[in-house]
Amino acid sequence: MRVRYRLLVIIGAGLMFGCVSSIDQVMKTDQSAVQLRSYQERAFDTADKERTLRSVIATLQDLSFVLDKADLDLGVVSATKLSGYQLRVTVTVRPRGSSQMLVRANAQQGEMTVEDPKPYQDFFAALEKSMFLTAHEVD
Amino acid sequence: MSAPRVARGRLIRVVLMASCFLLVAGCATVSDNSMQLSADSLQLRQLQTRRIEGIDEKTLLAACVGVLQDLGFNIDESESRLGVIVASKNRSAVDVGDAVGGMVVDSLVNAALDAMFSALFGDNFDEGDDEDEDGVEAVYDVTQKIRASIVTRPALDSSGQPRMDAQVLRITIQRLVWDSEGKISHAESIEDPKVYQKFFDRLSKSIFLELQAN
Repeated sequence: MRVRYRLLVIIGAGLMFGCVSSIDQVMKTDQSAVQLRSYQERAFDTADKERTLRSVIATLQDLSFVLDKADLDLGVVSATKLSGYQLRVTVTVRPRGSSQMLVRANAQQGEMTVEDPKPYQDFFAALEKSMFLTAHEVD
Repeated sequence: MSAPRVARGRLIRVVLMASCFLLVAGCATVSDNSMQLSADSLQLRQLQTRRIEGIDEKTLLAACVGVLQDLGFNIDESESRLGVIVASKNRSAVDVGDAVGGMVVDSLVNAALDAMFSALFGDNFDEGDDEDEDGVEAVYDVTQKIRASIVTRPALDSSGQPRMDAQVLRITIQRLVWDSEGKISHAESIEDPKVYQKFFDRLSKSIFLELQAN
């Protein structure tokens, strides 16, 4: 019984401190800076910046975001989703060569960067549909 | 002797499983599906979107600003070249006269229920114990920030070209609610059809006025 009690105490401590180590992991950006871009960034075969931005905005609305900011000259859109959690995303659109637009999304929840590739993959999958264009991975 | 031991073993197993679940779920930052189109996203789009004929994009945006002002919103951000307006207002979460009245009534009912439950629990816990007279204090919603973004785009004609005289407008609304302890009690998208219906009713009146002024 005593051993089990101790085990429970240890698990309790794990519950309290377990989340701290995962925050440390999120802040480790050195090893993944290139990797981060690989899933945050996609290229689309269009030279139309306005159309790309409007598609980004429509996609964010489809995903239940409310916009925070939009700037055509800078090619920046920020938006927030509230669904129990608070998810903030910034999407930048800039020309890549003369025939492509480079779209990069980065998301954060609270003060933590979202480094899980899946939400980004989901975002670009939704954006592809809205753009009627394929999202190309960027080297 | 063995029966209580089995029961205790089961209890410990349940606690262990609950702990493991918390370890896994507690640290998850964003639900995996946060960027995935939900099953009802098409329905929501219909709820939040209207096609408006006989108006150019700039005039429509001006009419939208008028409606937002009517509703007591302040404009936080606008980029008319992308058809974007962002607005917000801070309101009491217990103000029945608010534009999002239905939900406020809900939160009032919830606050009343909370108070009832805590009174009940308070009574249970207080049995024969004079020191703990207060029991559980009722936590209720106090204040909320309502945010709305309006996005317009030219409607397309049959050949896929943007039209000058017809627009598609979509509004999305969300709110953050703080309770009496200063904690966030709700962080949610507003999906009540009545809220959007009210907005579009007001918009059609505002468009009428805007077109007359031009």
